[in-house]
Amino acid sequence: MKFNIWFLLKILAYIAIIMFFLFPIAWIFNMSFMTNDEILRKVPVLFYEPTFKNYIGLWEGEIAIEGFATMYVFFKQNLINSAILSVGSVSVTLLLGVPAAYAFARYKFKGGEDIAFTLLSFRFAPALLIILPLNLYFSKIGLYDSYFALIWVYQLITLPLLLWIVRGYFEDISPDIEYAYRLDGHSWFQSFWRISIPLAKPGIAAASLLCFIYAWNNFVFALILGSSQIQPVTVGALAFITASAIPYGLIACGIVVSVLPTLILALFIQKYLVQGLSLGAIKG
Amino acid sequence: MSYLNLENLSKSFKDDKVISNLNAKIDKGEFFVVFGPSGSGKTVLLRLLSGIMLLDNGEIEMNSQVINEFQPEERDISMAFQNFALYPHMKAYDNIASPLRANNMNIPDDEIDQKVKEVASLLKIEHVLNQFPKELSNGQKQRTSLARSLISKPSVVLLDDPLRNVDAKIRFEMRLELPRVLKEFNTTVIYVTQDFREAMALGDRIAVLYDGKFNDINSPKNIYQNPSSLTTAKLFGDPTINNFDANIKKQNDFVHVEVKGEQFKLKRKTNIQDGDCIIGIRPEDIILSNESSENSIEVEFRTKTPLNLRIVFLVRLNNGLEFLCSTTEEESQLIDENKKMYISFLDEKSHFFDKETKRNLE
Repeated sequence: MKFNIWFLLKILAYIAIIMFFLFPIAWIFNMSFMTNDEILRKVPVLFYEPTFKNYIGLWEGEIAIEGFATMYVFFKQNLINSAILSVGSVSVTLLLGVPAAYAFARYKFKGGEDIAFTLLSFRFAPALLIILPLNLYFSKIGLYDSYFALIWVYQLITLPLLLWIVRGYFEDISPDIEYAYRLDGHSWFQSFWRISIPLAKPGIAAASLLCFIYAWNNFVFALILGSSQIQPVTVGALAFITASAIPYGLIACGIVVSVLPTLILALFIQKYLVQGLSLGAIKG
Repeated sequence: MSYLNLENLSKSFKDDKVISNLNAKIDKGEFFVVFGPSGSGKTVLLRLLSGIMLLDNGEIEMNSQVINEFQPEERDISMAFQNFALYPHMKAYDNIASPLRANNMNIPDDEIDQKVKEVASLLKIEHVLNQFPKELSNGQKQRTSLARSLISKPSVVLLDDPLRNVDAKIRFEMRLELPRVLKEFNTTVIYVTQDFREAMALGDRIAVLYDGKFNDINSPKNIYQNPSSLTTAKLFGDPTINNFDANIKKQNDFVHVEVKGEQFKLKRKTNIQDGDCIIGIRPEDIILSNESSENSIEVEFRTKTPLNLRIVFLVRLNNGLEFLCSTTEEESQLIDENKKMYISFLDEKSHFFDKETKRNLE
């Protein structure tokens, strides 16, 4: 029967896709509960006695690995750093980017398109291209190794992203809706706050999430422009690899913990993402 | 003393002069219809009045106060948009209540509630107050948008072709209902439309907008019967007025008209000078018959078509000139197209226009 064959193929395709995307995550998740010996066994084991040693070690900052000396990690601090840097840069991006996106969407001013494009072009240049001069500047003006400096540099990544996504959403809102609100007796700022922003909310939510992920996952800027005091998990995880040992279980554990915040945030924001623009108020 | 005084309003976009030297005086409580073909700048005019766009030149005076520089929220003018412009994230109730919740009003919630329900019942939308705009039909959206523009009892209400986007049945209903609703609020209304029937049905006065200014401001009856220019005459009337170049000569009680070698005479007096002009005769002012009479001209039948409960005939003179004649259905049944046909004119109802300026010569 034709139906059955298609149905079967569909199931197979689903399985292939799920294997491709989810298997590595599942494996890492598994690994985080294994000891180094179990991980390094030549024929991987599917059944083992799960251990929380990695998690406990990660939390307490020191872990003893069989056959080696005790390792000290600053993962807790790295996690806090990641949170400060990501939340900080997304907040700054929202504060600067949303009004800017509105301006680019609504007002045609001289050089406007050029400025918007210049901002976008920051995304074209590889980070390595600018990182050395930045490092020199920041050392000179005393910004090296500060949250402020990293949040500032992160704007190169997050600001253009948010600006261009949210701009499109603002452009989709009929200006008449804003005018109508002003004719009702509200000021410009009230119409921006109560009409434009709520209507662009799905776009703002999506862009913020993307910005958060980009900021959270950033590696190069944090590696070069900060010391271990302010480095996020991406850089911190590097410290797990030492000359004497590579604690795979610990690394897996670190990955699982560092993926969790983004995952939770994504689930939380999902409802805004699917909400979409309800344009029913304009003629059908 | 007029309430709203528009003086030499001008607005252009780059080199495109949309409004140029527009003047009008509008009385308090008047239903003032702005009629014009599409692209004539009607919407731009409303935007200038509401403060959404700023004037290049001129003065808007309301209640003896120049309001040119006032922000939209300071003008005490409300507007119902052609595309309704409802707030999609608010229920109909909150859409309507929005003007009452503006900061300078300070109206307690129960009073807002009472007012919203009052205006909703007047416009028959009480049952949809709890729905979001996307759940409303076009007619309901339109009523919601009207309710929102009226609820705060503004001094001037601007209605931008509010019946354009609703279907024919609702349009007709609203045309009957609007004057009653607006009377309740006792406000000055500026109503924009491109449907001349709507303009004639609703307006106390009609202003005809083209070439960036009001070319006629007059009562509906006068605009139709005594248009100030050929352009106005063409805009009002369906089918459009017959017009052609003619040479006229007065003689006693008659006007002799010569059109492309064909001669006929109209029994009417006029003070215009002999010579070239454009003559305009409305299709319904032409009498069609199978019998010849003293002043009739023989014509050849071309085609006929029904239009708005009347029958429109297209007939041709010997010299090739074509006329549209509109008759009632009963009249049309008396005419046999296979026999010889004659037309004659309701003499008093012909119009003479200047060849160059197209102004009415009388």
